Amino acid sequence: MAGAEPRLPPVRPEFEVRPGEAGQIGDVARPLSAWERISNITLVRRLFILLVLAVAWQIYASWLDNPLMFPTFDETMTALWDASIKGPLLERVWTSIRVLLLGYGAGIAIAAVFTTIAVSTRVGTDFLSTLTAMFNPLPAIALLPLALLWFGLGIPSLIFVIIHSVLWAVALNTHGGFLSVSETLRMAGQNYGLRGLRYVAYILIPAAFPSILTGLKIGWAFAWRTLIAAELVFGVSSRSGGLGWFIFENRNQLETAYVFAGLVMVIIIGLLVESVVFRTIEIRTVRKWGMQR
Amino acid sequence: MSTALPAANAEMVDEHAPALLAVDGVTLQYKTRDHLVTATYRVSFQVHPSDRFVLLGPSGCGKSTLLKGVGGFMAPVEGTIRLKGQTIERPGPDRMMVFQEFDQLLPWKTVRENILFPMLVSGRCNRAEAAERAWAYIDKVNLTKFADAYPHMLSGGMKQRVAIARAMAMEADILLMDEPFAALDALTRRKMQEELLQLWDDVRFTMLFVTHSIEEAIIVGSRILVMSPHPGQVKAELNAHQFSHDEQGGGEFQALHNRIHNMLFAERIEEERLHGRS
Repeated sequence: MAGAEPRLPPVRPEFEVRPGEAGQIGDVARPLSAWERISNITLVRRLFILLVLAVAWQIYASWLDNPLMFPTFDETMTALWDASIKGPLLERVWTSIRVLLLGYGAGIAIAAVFTTIAVSTRVGTDFLSTLTAMFNPLPAIALLPLALLWFGLGIPSLIFVIIHSVLWAVALNTHGGFLSVSETLRMAGQNYGLRGLRYVAYILIPAAFPSILTGLKIGWAFAWRTLIAAELVFGVSSRSGGLGWFIFENRNQLETAYVFAGLVMVIIIGLLVESVVFRTIEIRTVRKWGMQR
Repeated sequence: MSTALPAANAEMVDEHAPALLAVDGVTLQYKTRDHLVTATYRVSFQVHPSDRFVLLGPSGCGKSTLLKGVGGFMAPVEGTIRLKGQTIERPGPDRMMVFQEFDQLLPWKTVRENILFPMLVSGRCNRAEAAERAWAYIDKVNLTKFADAYPHMLSGGMKQRVAIARAMAMEADILLMDEPFAALDALTRRKMQEELLQLWDDVRFTMLFVTHSIEEAIIVGSRILVMSPHPGQVKAELNAHQFSHDEQGGGEFQALHNRIHNMLFAERIEEERLHGRS
């Protein structure tokens, strides 16, 4: 270009101004409209999705017109209502849930012991990693024949397979969570003079809580699935059957609407636990603490 | 270089007052995946009550490692670290750490609970006394309005203030500060330095402060240990108790700044020359 003169920005005059009043600017903070507020509620949005699914189901099933293969939404709901009020459905649900809670609780307790050992010693870590790697891919149902052989036909067998399905998922996530606790937090905890179990309880568990919660959720889903499947396989446990047995029984009698009602019940319980129990825990802990959005 | 060191030590150390913290010929090493790194080599210094003792040096001079040694997170391979005559063996609440990272606060506790927690779990004081102290120190760091906020709602500067309040409320023998203001913006950092000095005026605590900023060392510190890198060794121990922000532009401040700068910079040139040759 013209000459060797380096290009410089123009020198402009300086100035100082006073910032304007917020009132003149207007929309600094405006309340949201009713529609915006309603659509912000997660529950409303989710219920809307459920509604759309139900309508689609009803339309498809009416068009198919084959209640033996695919009953309509309203037939299923009627069956669900009948089975709950007059029939044995609620009793079956209670039987299943009781067994489930026993197995789930035991699984979590064992996982807690395992992970505590794993964080305190290196042998423990290797032990847990090896066991998890071995047993996590093993479907709980595959252990059922063995469980029946050892514990007989009944609740102990069910609890055994549920523990198997909960334990590894919870232990894996909890241990992973412990490992990812930041060095700074660890040092802060040790700085307070915390050691051993107190250190695990006061620092590691809360700090790893997002992972632990994930583990609990996965464990819950695994346990629920395992239980229903196990009940389908060998039906009645000691006195009264569970939800899986209810489904199996009605399929044998070709009461398809009741089979659907049983499945819907499984879904409803799953949704309730997820959206009420786990969500409440989440809101009161990890969200409040800013560990999760 | 080697002649300056004993001379400086001889005229500075007061033989009569017992040191609160005595670091004596300490060599610290840590392992990485494929190296054994010597972080500090035979470092000695003494911290007296109410000192604002600064460890200053470029990165790699082992100043943070040294602080971890004093904190009890690392055992020296050679030499001793003694607090009030007791050899330090493990981390403990008599030496409260303030870290550089903002995630040092427990995210599941509010500001007040964060300050209360160490007092309660270490058994330093009972509930009532702890509550009283917590309020007093929350007030001192101007966070009364945020006492019930969770750490994730606070700015970086506020989090560091909580960490400082938490450490001070313990009324520990010594506060160990590992570049507590390094991750803050320049304006906040300056304000925090002023506040820290004000707190010191109030309480006269003892602190061991690690930094790599010469300016911060002169402002915050009353005594500065200048260290050289690879491995960390003592280069000089200087006085800086006469300086605060007000003297920052002044000639003496500049003179000390330049003196330290040259000390550290000379090392770097030497090092570059060594590397160039090899």
